[in-house]
Amino acid sequence: MPGKQLYWEDVLIGSELPALAKVATTQMLVKWAGAIGDFNPLHYDETFAATEGVGQVIVHGPLKRAWLVQMVMDWMGEEGFLKMLSCQFRAMDYPRRMRDFFDPQPGETWRCRGRVTKKYLETGAHCVDCDIWIENGRGEVTTPGLATVVLPSKERRGPAPGQQSG
Amino acid sequence: MLPEEVTQLIGRVGDTVVLEVEKGAIRRYADAIGDPNPLFRDEGYARRSKFGAILAPPGFFGWPDKWIAPGPFFPPLRLEVTDIIAKSGYSRGLYGAVRHDFYHPIRAGDVISATPVVKDIYEREGKAGNMVFVVIETTYIDQAGRLVAKAQETLIRR
Repeated sequence: MPGKQLYWEDVLIGSELPALAKVATTQMLVKWAGAIGDFNPLHYDETFAATEGVGQVIVHGPLKRAWLVQMVMDWMGEEGFLKMLSCQFRAMDYPRRMRDFFDPQPGETWRCRGRVTKKYLETGAHCVDCDIWIENGRGEVTTPGLATVVLPSKERRGPAPGQQSG
Repeated sequence: MLPEEVTQLIGRVGDTVVLEVEKGAIRRYADAIGDPNPLFRDEGYARRSKFGAILAPPGFFGWPDKWIAPGPFFPPLRLEVTDIIAKSGYSRGLYGAVRHDFYHPIRAGDVISATPVVKDIYEREGKAGNMVFVVIETTYIDQAGRLVAKAQETLIRR
């Protein structure tokens, strides 16, 4: 959930974004597949996944990207604007199996993390660059990336880029 | 060396896909991620926000995702690209990387036209043999004709 509004002046270079914990489950992958219309069997069919050489069903890359978006949106607040987000899918992540209808089996928990690397003004916009990444349960980075956000300034309370009426 | 049949795909422009950004689709997308942000699901809350309507999470451009969905939604350009590359011996695919540039927020009710173009195709040596990288750039234009976002996706064939 978005917290208190973040202002550009309050951001410190080197500071970390609040981490976001995620548990990928086979159930989550099914929901995601339906939500975006990606019915690639790589993400639900063990035999197909083995044939494709990834071992077992893997977490969708775009789902991991969406987790990173959630982390950045929660941090920057509603007056912020996400200008750019990129990530690379460097390693496979394997979902937890379901124990029952509601809960997964014990296992891995992923952490989305980020760190501020740069603050600058660009054509009047108050920009912040961040390194962002996802760590698997062993603390290994599987999904490194970058984000640029535009934040409101305490000095100039103009509309953030990307804002419009209606 | 990639055969000319493959490299001549660079620059090819795919069909434009028109996507209606529906609030129910936004809700299901946010639910799948496990994102409780009220901007994506609470109409009253979203109306009072600066967005004035349900916001689409950045990176959601309407259902289905035109590039990933197989079956009837699998776009002809991507099928053609993967088929031609498969003839060179690369039949298995992975999603390698993505970069989104956002210019304007997308809201429920927007109609987005997405047009892909093959930006680059190149071969690289990997741990488990050679891989082919296909870079696809998609531009997203809203109903007012504004560029709202760009995506650059790297598909790996191996």
